[in-house]
Amino acid sequence: MSERARLMGWALLATVLVLLPFGVTSGRWIDFVELTLFVAVMGQAWNILGGYGGQYSFGHALFFGTAAYIQALLQFRYGISPWVAMWFAAAGSIAVGAFVGYLSFRYGLRGSYFALITLAFAEAFHVLARSLISVTEGGRGVQLALNQDPERAIATFQFTFAGEFLQAYGYYYTILIILLLAYAATWWMERSRFGASLMAVRENEDAAEALGINAFRVKIGAICLSAAIMSMTGVYYVQKFLFVDPGIAYGPSKSVEALFAPIIGGLGTVLGPLLGAFFIHGVGEFAKEAIGAVWEERPGVDLILFGVILILVLGFLPRGLVGLLDTAWRRLTGGRGGHA
Amino acid sequence: MLEVIGLSKTFGGLKAVQDASLKVDRGEIVSLIGPNGAGKTTLFAMISGFLKPDSGSVRYGGRDLVGMKPHEICLIGVVRTFQVVQPFANLSVRENIAVGAHARIRSRADALGRAAEIGRRLGMGKMLDQPAGALTVAGRKRLELARALATGPDLLLLDEVMAGLTPTEVSEVVNLVRGIQEAGTTILLIEHVMQAVMSLSDRTYVLNQGRMIAEGTPKSITSTPEVIEAYLGHGAAARIAAQGGGGA
Repeated sequence: MSERARLMGWALLATVLVLLPFGVTSGRWIDFVELTLFVAVMGQAWNILGGYGGQYSFGHALFFGTAAYIQALLQFRYGISPWVAMWFAAAGSIAVGAFVGYLSFRYGLRGSYFALITLAFAEAFHVLARSLISVTEGGRGVQLALNQDPERAIATFQFTFAGEFLQAYGYYYTILIILLLAYAATWWMERSRFGASLMAVRENEDAAEALGINAFRVKIGAICLSAAIMSMTGVYYVQKFLFVDPGIAYGPSKSVEALFAPIIGGLGTVLGPLLGAFFIHGVGEFAKEAIGAVWEERPGVDLILFGVILILVLGFLPRGLVGLLDTAWRRLTGGRGGHA
Repeated sequence: MLEVIGLSKTFGGLKAVQDASLKVDRGEIVSLIGPNGAGKTTLFAMISGFLKPDSGSVRYGGRDLVGMKPHEICLIGVVRTFQVVQPFANLSVRENIAVGAHARIRSRADALGRAAEIGRRLGMGKMLDQPAGALTVAGRKRLELARALATGPDLLLLDEVMAGLTPTEVSEVVNLVRGIQEAGTTILLIEHVMQAVMSLSDRTYVLNQGRMIAEGTPKSITSTPEVIEAYLGHGAAARIAAQGGGGA
């Protein structure tokens, strides 16, 4: 596919997502897409470090949770505007990313060692959030006050009482804007010197060093960009649910959700995390519906299915769904494809 | 241009390189030969910053390269290739070479353009869009050369870029290396293929068991007794001399 065709494809996809609320009236479907976009942003954050950089993190909740806590606490304790707090949230996540990255990459930790150290840090922050009660409110979590004044809906970044349209679609557009920015950043990165260096480091660190690439700096850059994108999902989450606790912030579920989508969709591709997010959520919803219809409600059946899908993809589709599409495209056109 | 002074490196009890010195002048092609395990690649690794020597120094353009990182050394103009080729397997040939080009070029489009240009110059024009992982041994060796060249080096350290090639391929690469030197890049090469060493080098150093045992023109080297003994075993030089210098 040519560069131009790809760009057109993205423009079309973005248009569909922007216009979706005008075509789809079912709140349930909008919720489904909104949740999928949320996962797709986390997936892209993970993909920048894991897919493009080859550094598999198992603790991306670190960046989600840190941003969520900063976003919540600055409002809760100091009454700071959410629009100001979000910059601190991003800065906080980036700082944590730089710190963890410095410790890991300085000592050349790669592969499973890097995965373990990120997991350990996420757990350490989990424990800290639970025990530093005077700062984080501990296990009770931080509950933000609900704004009921429609006049202040934008100022408080809360859409529950923001008029009919924003009430229904405010959060959908919030995550959509975050997604478009994150994906544009990834698209840019893929076509930049930084992206080329990052992929070179993923492929072979020694060869990259020999060609003038400061592998340490490139990896730090990747983890900071990854953390910055992940932080926006934390901000979104807090503004939507007005609540965060240690389990939500630093529990393993966000870390796992972040890596699922890109691995299934296609590592190191811009489209992969979005495709993967739609696929796993589509399948998850379908499984819940189908099994719920045949038997009764079986909570957790979608998780079992995710596990099976992950194993199948790892076994048979090393390039993920994007790889599958790419092969199909080549068969159809008979020409050269090129990954999306 | 490059001056290696008394470089030593020990791995556990093994003295890989002992007090080795060499000099390369601007515009030369200098070769480094020696039997397997002589310490040639170790010496290269120390010059290019991948290994830290136990003692000695590497002078280049008025600075000491010892203690500098490989990427810093690359950016001041000294680039190595790897004996065991290290392609970025999932990237295309063009993208591989562009990684090297980015050492001096920020813009992605310009780097890709430069990569294509260098690829064509090294006879890889048809392979530019292939993944590097799909290349043959000869292709990978060439890619190794192309990537290093793309960084715009003043001094190129080539580690056995001809090993494993057919005689035809060797003479092609010999011409490429000659062309690179004529375009203004100084070259230090490790090579086992004597055909290449003889036809390319201005001067040759011989390393054996970590020590520099001889230095001179390629022709004079082959008649040095120490060198003959290093390759053919103790007493070989005397036997050859007894046979009147022929039949080696």
